[in-house]
Amino acid sequence: MADASGHLRVEVVSPEKVLFSGDARQVITRTLGGGEIAFLPGHAPFLGAVSENHTRVYLTDGTVQDIAVHLGFVEVGPDHVSILSDAAELAQDINVARAEEAKRRAEEQLRTEHSAEGEAALRRAHARLSATGGLGASH
Amino acid sequence: MAGGQERILRGRIRSVQATKKITRAMELIAASRIVKAQQRVAAAVPYSDLITEVVKDLAAAGAGKDKPFLAGRAEVKRICFVPIAADRGLCGGYNSGVLRATEGEIKADTGGAVEHVVVPVGRKAEGYFRFRGYNLGQGFAGFTDNPPYSVAKEIGEYVVDMFVKGQVDKVVLIYTRFISAGSQEVVIRPLVPLDRGVVEGGDGKNAAGADYEYEPDPDLILDTLLPRYVEARVYAALLNAAASEHAFRQRAMKSATDNAEELIKNLSRIMNRARQDSITTEIMEIVGGAEALAGDDDSTPRRVEYVMADANQTGGRV
Repeated sequence: MADASGHLRVEVVSPEKVLFSGDARQVITRTLGGGEIAFLPGHAPFLGAVSENHTRVYLTDGTVQDIAVHLGFVEVGPDHVSILSDAAELAQDINVARAEEAKRRAEEQLRTEHSAEGEAALRRAHARLSATGGLGASH
Repeated sequence: MAGGQERILRGRIRSVQATKKITRAMELIAASRIVKAQQRVAAAVPYSDLITEVVKDLAAAGAGKDKPFLAGRAEVKRICFVPIAADRGLCGGYNSGVLRATEGEIKADTGGAVEHVVVPVGRKAEGYFRFRGYNLGQGFAGFTDNPPYSVAKEIGEYVVDMFVKGQVDKVVLIYTRFISAGSQEVVIRPLVPLDRGVVEGGDGKNAAGADYEYEPDPDLILDTLLPRYVEARVYAALLNAAASEHAFRQRAMKSATDNAEELIKNLSRIMNRARQDSITTEIMEIVGGAEALAGDDDSTPRRVEYVMADANQTGGRV
């Protein structure tokens, strides 16, 4: 096992490209049905499915990289965190106005009929807005 | 009519030149796209490597041991073939390579009681198999030169759905693997159930040799992971096929351009000869005419002489 004082090599990978890679002190994400989970250097090997969520990567230089992850997997070792996702967006790439619009539409749709698709759309919109700080600090 | 022939040749040369411009443009476009397509192939590698690693580890940890997805079905009654060809022609032997390999595979595998269903990718594949009366599933087309991930997802979901419902017992991908700009090969790869070689080799442990913790449990993760894995495989195949398509097209268009050049050279030669001929003829005519006219110079007496001579001759005979 690597020592706990080290750092985590973080990679967010989508099928089309490596979305993000960098060194971090801590990564917080949310697993499917399991709630939020934080990884620090030296974490035990972990494999999980992640839900639509606002993932936070605390970089070694003190800044925080916010990422909206829409379903995927996370593989963790003592010195690395790899997030595999079909669709993930860095906070700086998210169009807030569009996310707001998507959220409004999803809510509108859910008011009239209950659909899994509508709920997923709403969760995605939430993840996006949360990542851009649009929903306040809470998820 | 020498002049007429020359005009016809000039017209042909002009038309070949126009065609050459088009093929040259297509060649250059294809060449520039190869690079981009190659970059996309490379960009997709980290994801597919990682997901393969995860699948291996999960399988080694004992998840989904009895799942048909990994273990396969005891009896294979129906095989799904997914040939990936192009939407357009003008790319040399690219389409026919894939289509012939697919047809051969269908005949070899379905010689007995095994049925087939073809899920053609690319307009050329669809047309080919529809025309020949093969049993077709849904076709996918309209993106082969630049496939987005969403299409790979659709194809993946479609074949996984067929497999899960038991409509097919095996899915095979046929596509052109891109090795380098100079070499590509048609490959036949099993997609579902997963290849033994892919699943084995994992030890359920990470590099440090420790067991994984799972959340939720391994079986559930595997259930959501396997469709993603299939999609990633399809995506990689589509990207390889796209890069190969551009490479084939570039080569085909380069030789078309070369041929056009050759044709222009030959036609120009023939045309020049025709023109030379017509000029020669013209000169001959002029010379002939000039000679005739030269004979005419202050001619009245001479003509009279000829006429008189004629008259004398005829007269003499009569």
